[in-house]
Parts: sequence; structure tokens; C-alpha cells
Amino acid sequence: MNRYPLWKYIVIVVALVLATIYTLPNFYGETPAVQVSTSRQSITIDTGVMGRVEHALKAQGLTPDGLILDGNSLKVRFHDPETQIKARDAIQHELGDNYIIALNLLTASPDWLTHLKAYPMFLGLDLRGGVHFLLEVDMKAALDKTMERYAGDLRRELKNKQVRYGAIKRSGNALEIQLRDADTLKSAADVVNKTAPVLTQNSDDSNFRLTLTLKPEEITRIQNDAVKQNITTLHNRVNELGVAEPVIQQSGPDRIVVELPGVQDTAKAKDILGRTATLEVRMVEDDPAKVQDALGGNVPAGYELLDDASNRGRSDKILVRRDVELTGDNINDAQPGFDENGGPSVNINLDSTGAAIFRQVTAENIGKRMAMILVEKGRTEVVTAPVIRSEIGGGRVQISGSMNPAEANDTALLLRAGSLAAPMNIVEERTVGPSLGKENIAKGFHSTLWGFAAIAVFMLIYYRVFGVISALSLGVNLFMLVALLSMMQATLTLPGIAAIALTLGMAIDSNVLINERVREELRNGVPPQTAIQLGYDHAWATILDSNITTLIAGLALLIFGSGPVRGFAVVHCLGIMTSMFSAVLVSRGLVNLWYGRRRRVASLSV
Amino acid sequence: MEFFRIKKDIPFMSYGRITTAISLLTFLLAVFCLFYKGLNYSVEFTGGTVLEVQYASAANLGDVRARVEKLGVGDTTIQNLGTARDVMIRLQTRKDRSSAQLSNAVMAALQAGGQSVELRKVDFVGPQVGEELVQHGLVAIIVVCLGIMLYLAMRFEWRFAVSAIIANMHDVVIILGCFAFFQWEFSLTVLAGVLAVLGYSVNESVVVFDRIRENFRKPAMRTHTVHEIIDNAITSTMSRTIITHGCTETMVMSMLVFGGPALHGFATALTIGILFGIYSSVLVASPIVMWLGVSRENLVKPPKPKQEAVV
Repeated sequence: MNRYPLWKYIVIVVALVLATIYTLPNFYGETPAVQVSTSRQSITIDTGVMGRVEHALKAQGLTPDGLILDGNSLKVRFHDPETQIKARDAIQHELGDNYIIALNLLTASPDWLTHLKAYPMFLGLDLRGGVHFLLEVDMKAALDKTMERYAGDLRRELKNKQVRYGAIKRSGNALEIQLRDADTLKSAADVVNKTAPVLTQNSDDSNFRLTLTLKPEEITRIQNDAVKQNITTLHNRVNELGVAEPVIQQSGPDRIVVELPGVQDTAKAKDILGRTATLEVRMVEDDPAKVQDALGGNVPAGYELLDDASNRGRSDKILVRRDVELTGDNINDAQPGFDENGGPSVNINLDSTGAAIFRQVTAENIGKRMAMILVEKGRTEVVTAPVIRSEIGGGRVQISGSMNPAEANDTALLLRAGSLAAPMNIVEERTVGPSLGKENIAKGFHSTLWGFAAIAVFMLIYYRVFGVISALSLGVNLFMLVALLSMMQATLTLPGIAAIALTLGMAIDSNVLINERVREELRNGVPPQTAIQLGYDHAWATILDSNITTLIAGLALLIFGSGPVRGFAVVHCLGIMTSMFSAVLVSRGLVNLWYGRRRRVASLSV
Repeated sequence: MEFFRIKKDIPFMSYGRITTAISLLTFLLAVFCLFYKGLNYSVEFTGGTVLEVQYASAANLGDVRARVEKLGVGDTTIQNLGTARDVMIRLQTRKDRSSAQLSNAVMAALQAGGQSVELRKVDFVGPQVGEELVQHGLVAIIVVCLGIMLYLAMRFEWRFAVSAIIANMHDVVIILGCFAFFQWEFSLTVLAGVLAVLGYSVNESVVVFDRIRENFRKPAMRTHTVHEIIDNAITSTMSRTIITHGCTETMVMSMLVFGGPALHGFATALTIGILFGIYSSVLVASPIVMWLGVSRENLVKPPKPKQEAVV
């Protein structure tokens, strides 16, 4: 009577086989590798690149364990970390700066497992070491900057159309234009309509004042764009670090998560990411009288005295106008390069708006200097202040002159860094050193191992054959949980390992319930085979109720928890499901195999 | 092997008055601790920076303190973490310096001491993130309670739902009270532990409730009073209760012993939760169910009239 139909056995066997396959990769460990990828869409990583890499390695006398071309990245395995580092330098030298060469760890599991998409569990930063940042984009600054830009555009257009105006003032998130009479008010309104249609106009006819505000949907758009642009800039910065699997994601309306696993030099990572900067192009005032005044401590209104970073070694001051002609928003790219004479230069690429403004500004200011200013967290410095030789159109700007290649490189980097939409603040940071990560794994593993062993020994002493079956099904539970985590590639953290241990500790409850029930039925004088049947049947309702209540708690944690709590909850929820399967289906299967096939069972070993 | 062969039902319900009084006392004590001492929130909740560093040999805390204080970073806490080589440095949030700069500066100062020191971990949390975490934690507790109550009300009856939640909250408050009393650090991981206890402890109540329901339905128990039925339910699940909790606690002890400082708070919260979980489900939830006036009719649906047949 205690026999399973064939299909139930098949379900169990299939589940076990799948669990074994997907658990296996976790046992193979990892090998060092070098990963070649690119951030540029124009470059593809193909067999040509692979050939070059192979060649470069051969020239250095380095033998890779294998090369894998995978999508748009090339992974080269090595036997030991020493060769890995040498190989990285060789590959970097061969391929140049357009590629990202990163150190990585690859699973050492055999190819057939990788083909089945069986990978080891994805370890969180607390287990493998690395840096986690939560950055918050300063939305107020993003809006400020946009308004500032509109003010600049309007000033220029009003001047072009020869509309005479008093002043353009900013008050909060609004612009106020003071005009002379009803006529100029009307023509100013027309100009605004043409140049900045996204602004809502509100005209005060008695005072001839035009108030402009941003529409709500425009504010949302600006905020979205600010986050997106920051993410792009962060991507570029992270690429400088050479991280194999960086995670840069939007999290909530104004936050960005950056995770850099395996980063050894955390100080450098923080330095590079922490640079939150904006770029402004303003005109330099070289009028000796005004400069003299400013240096004497009497800075004229509308001007600002700034440090000149371009004159290295000398502490020089430079007087610039406060009016911003152009911001980093309009800069698409800045790269170091060479001018027609072979001297180092910085090549800047502007977008169409930027190009138009730049043409006008340069046409009006030939012979004068323009300053590229980097605003970094309360510090404002002039990156470079070249002289305008001629009108520059087309949006391609080249800065050259007295600089060496390294300086050109630095300047380009600073300009690129400056093209962020809005400053960001780090609101959360977690850095875990690689050795601590390894220790965390070992500690989590040992906790689970010894806890499991103690429970298993107790069960088989206390419940004998049924105890062995309980311990076996608990083992199956662990197996399936690890397989499920590997299959889903859910991030495993230390709280996740704690959840594995706790889930096992709680899962044994189902088996205890069943075993106690079977004992009770036997005590009531029920024959053995019926006792098994009744024991499982009665225990099932309780198991279901108690697991569902636990699952409710787990799901709530998953939805409302964050960070470590969520890492715990994912594993906990999965564990509850696997425990129901293993404690009920698998353990009953084993009992049926052991007792169910016998015709006559005199007693149960429970 | 069998530890618990209890022949006669233990009259748990007659102790109801005493046990409830004890519960009430511990509960009030816990609440008092919570309000009087407050929780020692970790940096995740309060905002600030925590660095964990490891020296090659035993660290000189006085020297570390002097070096960090020289940086002028305000209020700092410096203590050993587990071993003499591991040092934890807790810094307040500074407006003028980012956490990245702060931790870099501290590391530079420590390395200047000549001893080889390794940065193991940095946690920095801005104040606004901390506030959100507290909110999310509270929302999670409320949602867990509501969800469990709803399910129990559906599967059993509202009386069971109410008493299970009271018993549960009693456990949670006592855990929090212990953390407040001993001023143990309350971190996010501990919060995860506390919330896990919510699910775990209700589990225990469900097992007893299940038995109560079953007893109500048993024809043999028809003559028994509610009092006796509950006593019988608790007694017959006693063995399972102790063995299950013993097993879970074994696992938790293993975490406490082998898990290191990172899992220490979590395992401690669970240990308290498990101990009080047993107590509360047996001696808090069940008396409340009784006092709320549960009766056979609440649980046993009137049987459908069967057609009589001649066999």
C-alpha cells in the first residue's frame, strides 16, 4: 500500500539529476583569467583580436590554458595569478587603450557543464571582496544647471533679436526677465517660445515682467537624463579601473548602485568614482586694470578669481567672467591626440547646440582666452585656458600648445569627467577586502557543515531508520537549494549562507513532525504500513500551514527588505520550497522504497 | 530512543495565570529597556563610517586611537573585534569630507605607524539611507504580521490569528529588549534574524493550533472540555516541539560558534527568538486562544447530512 506510482519516482530522480548537475560547478573552484572587452561600439572582439592576443602572449613566452570568445569579450585562462598579471600587461601593450583589460576569475568546471549553462553560485561582494557604492544624484543641482543654461540661451537670443531687456534673474526654479514696455514683453515672449518652448510663461503685464518655469514633465525628463548621463560617465570611469564584471544600475528615481567585485585597490576605486565634477566654459578677462583690481582683493562684479591648474608648478590666478557660455552637457567627448605639427593636443567633440554656441562665442572673441573650468565639490579650478585663434565651427575643437602627452591625457580625462549632468554624493559605501571575503565563505561553510552534521547524527540516533531517511532528505534539500541558487544565479551573500543554515535547521521540523506522528500512530496500535500512511497524511496539513506562514514572512522580507535582509530573504524563500519537496516527497519515496515493497512489516524502526 | 513519553496530559492551561503574568513582566521589562536604554543601532541605521582593519600582530588600541584622533574627525569609537589583531573604528559622518576620503585618510594614518595593517571592510551609510532602512524595517514587520494573521484567519479562525500574533510580537519585543538591555549592536542582519523569528515562531503556534483543531474534530474527544483539549494538544506535540527547536538551535549554535562576528548578532537574535518562541506558543498563544473563547463550533463545520443507505 505504501508504493509510489512510477511517475513520482521519475520526478524525484529527474530533480536529483538536475540538482547534481547544477551543484557540480561549485566544486571545481576558479582559475585566474584575463578578460578583454571594450566600451566602444565601433570595435568588435573577434578572432582577429584573439589572434593578436595569442601572438602577443607567445612573444612573451606565456602559455594560456585556453581562450574563450564569448559575445563581445575574450577570456584567456591562466594557470596561476603570476602569469595572469604578466599576460595582462602583454595584452594591454598589444591592444592599446581602446580595450578594457581586466583580471578575472573563471570557473574551472568542465566545458560540458558550461554548455548546460551550469555555473557556480554568484557570490556577493561580502564573499568575494570588492566595493559597493550607492550614489545619489543631486537633482537640485541638475535643475539649477538647466535653468542656468536656459538663461544663457535667452540672453544670447534676446541680444540677437535686439530685444532690449533689463535683467534675467533666477529665483528658485524660475527665471524672471524684466522688460521695458508691452512691446518688448511681447517680442521677448516670442523669443522664449522659439528658443525654449519647454518653459511655461507667465507674464506680468503691469510690471512688464516675464516669469518662466519648467513644466513638471520637463523636470522628470531632466532628472531621468541626469541619472542616465551619470551612469554613462560612471561606466567610463569604471572602465579606467579595469573591472571584469562591474554593476552600474539605477536604483530608485535618483540613485545609482555601483558594484565593483574583486577590486584590490579600493582607495583608487573610490578616488576615481568619487570625482564628481561639472565642466563650464567661461570667458577669461585679461584687462590688466581689472586683473590688478582682482588680485588686490577687489574682484569686479560679475567676475571670479580662480586657480589655474593648467600652469603646473606655479600658483597662478586667473580672472574669469561668471557667465557660463557652455557646460559639460554639450560636450560629447574629449580625447588626447596630436595636432598637425605632431604636438600633443586635446580634441573635444561638441553636440550640435554646443557647436552653434561655440561658433558664436569664438567669432566674437578672437584673440581672447576662454577658460574650461572644472567645478568639483566646492572647488573650482581652470583646467585649461587657451587663446581663441579663429572662429571654430562644426563642433570639433582642438586645444594644443605647451603640453606634454601626459598633460593632454589628464586634461581630456578631466574634461570627460566634467561632462556629468549633475554632481553625485556617495550615500552608502561598503568595501570588503578579498581576504575577509574568503574568511566569510569559510565561516559560513563551517557553520552549515557542523550544524548539519550534528543534526544528522542526532536524527539517526533518535529515529534510527526514519532518522537516516530524514537526514538523507535534509541532504537532498541542501543539494537542491544550492542547485537552485546556481541555476538562478541569485547573489549569495553571508546572510544568504546564514539563511541556508537556518533553513536547514527549520526544514528538519517537517521530518520531526512526520516521525513523531508515525510513532504516535504506532503507539495507538495502528499496523506499521497504515502508520506510515496516516503519519504522513496527518503531518502534511501541519507542514503546509507552518511553511506557508514562514513563506509569508520570507516574501515580506524579500519585498520590503534591502541589502543584507534581501540577501537573506531570497535564500530563505527558496529554501522553504525545496524543504517542502524534499521533506515530504523525497522522504516518503525513501520510506516507500524501504518499507513499502515488503508484504509484511512487523515493526518500524522509528 | 525516546526522550518524552508523557502518559498523562500536562495541565498547561491551569498554569495560564502564572505564565501570562511572567510573560507580561518580561514583556514590560523589555519595553522599558527599549524606551529607557534604546537600541544600539549599527552604522547602517544611524549613518556614519565603520572601518575594520587587521594588524599582522596584536594591535595597540591606544596608538590607533591617538593616530585617528590626530586626524580631527570628531567622535570616534575604537575597539577590538573578535581577536586582538582586528580593530573596528567607527566614525561619525562628516559634512566636509566624503567617506571615501575619510577612510583613505584613516588608512594612511594607520599605515604611517609602521606596523603592517590591512583594510578589511569599510561601511559607510549616509543619514537619509538609515532613516529609510528603519522605515522599511517597520513596514516589513507590519506586512508580515498582517499576512500571517490573514492566512491564519482563513485557515483557522480569527481567535487563532490574534493570539498567534500577540505571542509573536511578544517574542520580537523581548528580543529587541535583550538587545537594548545588553546594548548589543542592532544591525540589518540582526533585523533579518528578528524578522525570521516572526516566521519561525508563528510556525510553532501553528503546529499547536493544528493539533487543537484536530482534537476538536476527533469523535473521541467530544466529551472533553476546551481546557483539556488544549492541554492534550500541547502535550502530544511536546516531543516534536523540543526536538525541532533543539535541531534548529543546534544549527544556530553552530553559526554562533563558527560564524564569526558577522553572524554573531544574527545567531544571538535567533537563539533568544527560539527560546521565547517555545515559551510563547505554548504558554502565551494557547491561553489567549482559550480566553478569546474558542469553542468546538468555531472550528468544526457542521457535517453535511449524509444520505442513509443500506449496505
